[in-house]
Amino acid sequence: MALSNVLQIPTSGFNFENVAINVALESLLEGGHTKTPKPMKTGTTIAGLVCKEGVVLGADTRATSGEVVADKMCAKIHYISPNIYCCGAGTAADTEKTTDLLSSNLTIFSMNSGRNPRVVMAVNILQDMLFRCTGASLILGGVDCNGNHLYTVGPYGSIDNVPYLAMGSGDLAALGILEDRFKPNMEMEEAKELVRDAIHSGIMSDLDSGNNIDICVITKQGVDYIRPYQESEYKDKRQKRYKYGPGTTSILTEKIVPLDLEVVQETVQRMDTA
Amino acid sequence: MNTRGLRSQLKDSVPVTGMGPQVGAYGVQDTLRSGFSSVKNELLPSHVLELSEKNFQLNQDKMNFSTLRNIQGLHAPLKLQMEYRAARQIQRLPFLQSSHLALDTLKGNDESISFEDILNDPAQSEMMGEPHIMVEYKLGMM
Repeated sequence: MALSNVLQIPTSGFNFENVAINVALESLLEGGHTKTPKPMKTGTTIAGLVCKEGVVLGADTRATSGEVVADKMCAKIHYISPNIYCCGAGTAADTEKTTDLLSSNLTIFSMNSGRNPRVVMAVNILQDMLFRCTGASLILGGVDCNGNHLYTVGPYGSIDNVPYLAMGSGDLAALGILEDRFKPNMEMEEAKELVRDAIHSGIMSDLDSGNNIDICVITKQGVDYIRPYQESEYKDKRQKRYKYGPGTTSILTEKIVPLDLEVVQETVQRMDTA
Repeated sequence: MNTRGLRSQLKDSVPVTGMGPQVGAYGVQDTLRSGFSSVKNELLPSHVLELSEKNFQLNQDKMNFSTLRNIQGLHAPLKLQMEYRAARQIQRLPFLQSSHLALDTLKGNDESISFEDILNDPAQSEMMGEPHIMVEYKLGMM
């Protein structure tokens, strides 16, 4: 259906046509005692630290939507490149999309230049993207030719290069544990335990963090993504599938009737594979 | 590619004006095509990002050219702008999709993915314009 009021092909990018409609709808709905659905946020505890052999990142796995837990096993540690991983806090869609865009850009770069991307490159791309359109706060950790790095990127594009870090709604509790027990050049097992304790304290003190703990260990040799590192004690007994295993119903009788088929007509059709 | 702006180049950036009325022919509001005008709609942007996104690409280009001029001399931005102009003319008719391949390669957009490539892809837009009217608009006859 060709419309006669469209004079140009619409430009790609952000489209702000619905903003006014949304504002009008919200004001209408609030008066009528109905609520607009809230976006899914990963109100979160994420933490990271630099140890002797690499970088350890940790996150909880709860995603909330208003006052309801929307996802109990949400993956907050995103893959950026083989040597860089990123934890995200904020609106779930924002962190997903931003990290996906970053990962695509870095893949194009590494295909062009034949090298693994450096962590500073990822941080700079993120900073530009977030300064332009804000959204998520992220912790980037990775190992490259210059060493082990841990960066934080704020929602408006501020960056900081630090040896240990926590972000999200549970960051105060996690940061307390990290401040108390962090030492430079820790051993791998000790570092994993420290990150686990930091996330655990975030889970205990913050309503928006909970369920299991994921840990991601990045070293020069490779990445170990342990999901879940520790499961919460309060697990659901609900099953997601209610299929019955074979042998649940007992077989009473069995009767086999073979069907006799004879070939009546046979045609061969050649397939043209040129 | 974003310039980490040299602050001295900020004077060249395009100023952010208001939304402005939709002017048609003769400089007045084109009520038939764009509906009734309302002062509130024109003065206030509904979203915080709308104004900054409108001029973002223009500002980036201006800053880049101005930095280039200061570093390499006037010939550098002149040659680049000439090439941009030539590449911008290789397009299909207004109502068809053009790939902008030459322009993208010149600007470096073929090596990066950003929001313009994902959101609101014109190839998948749900509205189609009338071909005759679009060509007349492009030629300035409307």
